[in-house]
Amino acid sequence: MDGTERRLADLHAMWRVRALEEKVRELRVAGDAVVGSVHLCIGQEAGPVGACTELGPDDALFATYRGHGWALARGVPAEGIIAECAGRATGVNGGRGGSAYFTAPEHGFHGENSIVGAGLPIAVGAALAGRFDGSGRVALTVCGDGALNQGASHEALNMAAAFKLPVVFVCENNYWSELTPIDEMVGEPELWRRAAGYGMPGARVDGNDPAAVRDAVRDAVARARDGGGPTLLELMTQRLVGHYIGDVEQYRRPGELDRAREEEPIARLTGALAAAGVPAAEIEDARERARAEMEEAAAAALAAPPADPATAKDHVYA
Amino acid sequence: MPEPTTQVAAREGAGAAPAPETRKLKYGEAVNAALARVLAEVPQTLLYGEDVGKPGGVFGVTRGLRRKFGERVFDTPISEAAILGSAVGAALMGARPIVEIMWADFSLVALDQLVNQAANARYVSRGAAPAPIVVRTQQGNAPGACAQHSQSLEAMFLHVPGLRLVMPRTAQDAHDAVVAAVHADDPVIIVENRTLYFGDKAEVELGGAPRPMGWSHLRRPGRDVTVVSWGAVTDRVLEAAAGLAGRGIEAEVLELPWLNPADMDAVLASAARTRRLAVVHEANVTGGFGAEIVARVAEAGIGLAAAPLRIGAPDVRIPAAPVLAEALLPAAGPIADRIAALVA
Repeated sequence: MDGTERRLADLHAMWRVRALEEKVRELRVAGDAVVGSVHLCIGQEAGPVGACTELGPDDALFATYRGHGWALARGVPAEGIIAECAGRATGVNGGRGGSAYFTAPEHGFHGENSIVGAGLPIAVGAALAGRFDGSGRVALTVCGDGALNQGASHEALNMAAAFKLPVVFVCENNYWSELTPIDEMVGEPELWRRAAGYGMPGARVDGNDPAAVRDAVRDAVARARDGGGPTLLELMTQRLVGHYIGDVEQYRRPGELDRAREEEPIARLTGALAAAGVPAAEIEDARERARAEMEEAAAAALAAPPADPATAKDHVYA
Repeated sequence: MPEPTTQVAAREGAGAAPAPETRKLKYGEAVNAALARVLAEVPQTLLYGEDVGKPGGVFGVTRGLRRKFGERVFDTPISEAAILGSAVGAALMGARPIVEIMWADFSLVALDQLVNQAANARYVSRGAAPAPIVVRTQQGNAPGACAQHSQSLEAMFLHVPGLRLVMPRTAQDAHDAVVAAVHADDPVIIVENRTLYFGDKAEVELGGAPRPMGWSHLRRPGRDVTVVSWGAVTDRVLEAAAGLAGRGIEAEVLELPWLNPADMDAVLASAARTRRLAVVHEANVTGGFGAEIVARVAEAGIGLAAAPLRIGAPDVRIPAAPVLAEALLPAAGPIADRIAALVA
C-alpha cells in the first residue's frame, strides 16, 4: 500500500469501528435489543486500527470492556459482536459475555475484561506460555489510564520486565479514569514514564494517529519477538462519549469536547486526506461502506434467535 | 454458528501413565513425587510461584524439581495477582500451569484472578477457552501462626461455580490430588496443610491411571452417627471416634477430600442409615461448608433422629498464642463429647 492507500484504508477501518459503535448505541438507546452496560470507544479508533495490523495470527490480544473496536480490528466479525451485545445465540459467545466481556480466541482476540487492570497479568501468562510452546507468540494487552493504578497492573508490568517476556502494554489515555481525571489521581501524569521504573522501554504516542500508533506498536512487537522484552506505550486519545451509555458527563470541562472533536482521529485523517487532494468521493466512500456493512451486520444479528435458556447451565465444568 | 468444541490440546503429547509402584513417603514428599510425575508426563505443565524453583519451596515441597525439569520450574516475584493471572493466561494458550500460593490467606490479595477470571473462562466461552489451572496452597492453624496465616477459607472458594477444590489429608490423597487436578480440565484448588508435610511416612501408591476427581473415604464404619469431615482436623475426628467406641458409640466417619465435586451420595446414604449427622471442620462455623452438608441432607428429606451438629472454629479471628488458638479449634475431646450428646 502506498501512503494514500494506507491512509484511506485506515480511515475505512476507523469508520468501521465508529459505525459499529454508533449502531450498538442506536440499538441500546432505541429499544430493548441491547440492554445493560455498554462502553463505547468513539474517538479512540486510531489505537486498535493502528495496532492490530502489527499482530500475527498466533499473537494474543487482550482488551478491556471498551473493547468492541479492538475486537473488530483484530478480525472478529461485526455480526458476531452485535449479536453478542444483543444476547443472540449467534453472538461470539452466544450471549454469555455481552458487550463488556466477550472473547473470540479463534480470531486471536482473547477477550475483553470487565475488571479494570485484570487483563495485564493474563497477557503476561500468554507470553509466558509462548516461551515454552514454540509459538513465538507476542501478547498485546490494552488498558485505560485508570487501570495503571491497579495493583495487578503493577505486578504484571514488573513480572513481564523481570522475565523479559514478549508483552506490549498499550495504555489508552483518554484522560478520564471512568468519571475522574487521571491527573488528579497520580503524582506523575505522564504515565509512560513508569516504564523506566520497571526497566522497560516506554513511549507516549499520538493515539489519534493510526500511523503513529502503528509505528510504535511495530517497534514494540519486533523487540518483543526478538527477545527484547516488554514495552509500555501510552496512547494519548479521548473518548467523545460517556464512560457508559447513559453517563451524563457532568464532569466534562468547558470546551473540552469541542477541542476533542477537532483532534479525534477520524476528523483529523479526513482533513489530512482532503488537504492532500484525495477526492471527496473516496473519503465519503470509506464512511459509507463502513456504515452499510454495520447496517447489514446488525440486521443479520437481530434476525438471529435469542440465546436458548435451556443452555444456561451448560459449560460450568468440563 | 457451530457450538465451539472444548479445547483439550493440553495433554497432547502426554506420555503414558507411569507404572504403579509403592514407596514410603511423607505427605510433602508425596506431593513432590506427584509433581515430578506430571512434569514428566504432561509436557504442557509449568510449575511456579514464590520460592518454588531454586529454593524448593518454603516447606521444601518442590525441592529438586527445578534441577530435574529446568526452566519449566521457576520462582516469581511476590505478586499473587501476577502468579494467578499469568496462570490463567498461560492456560488459555493451552499450557497446564501448576502454581503455588504459599498461604491460602495470600490468595485474598488476588481473588479476582480466581473468581472473576479462571472460574468464568470456560462458561463465558462455551467451552472454547477454558482456564484449567492448578493452584496449590495450604491453610489452617499451626502453633504460633498469626491471624493472617491461620484461616481456613475453603467455603469461600466453594461458593464459586467453576472452581474445583480438594483438601487432602493423607500422603496418598495429597499425591492423587495433584495427579487428578493436572489431568482435569477445570481450574482446581488444592488446599494442603503444613502441619501434615513432615509427619510420618506412609505407603503411597505412585503411578497408574489418574483417579477421577470426587473420591471420598469411609474411614470408620459405624451405625450410630455419621460424622463428615475434611482436612487435617479429620485426625482429631478419628481420635474422637476411637474414644467414642470405648463408650459404646459407633461413629461412621466419612472423609471428603474433595469438596467440589463432593461425594454427596456417600453422605446422604450414610446419614439415611445412621439418622444422625455431625460435620466437623477447622473453618469457622458460619457459612462453612458444613452448613451446606447439613442443608443437603435436610433437602434430601432424610429424617434425622436428632438435630444435626456443626463443629468448627467459633466465629472468631485466630489468635497467635497456641493456648488461645487451641481454645477455639475443634479438639478430639470436645468433638467426642458433643457427638456423644447427639447420640444420647
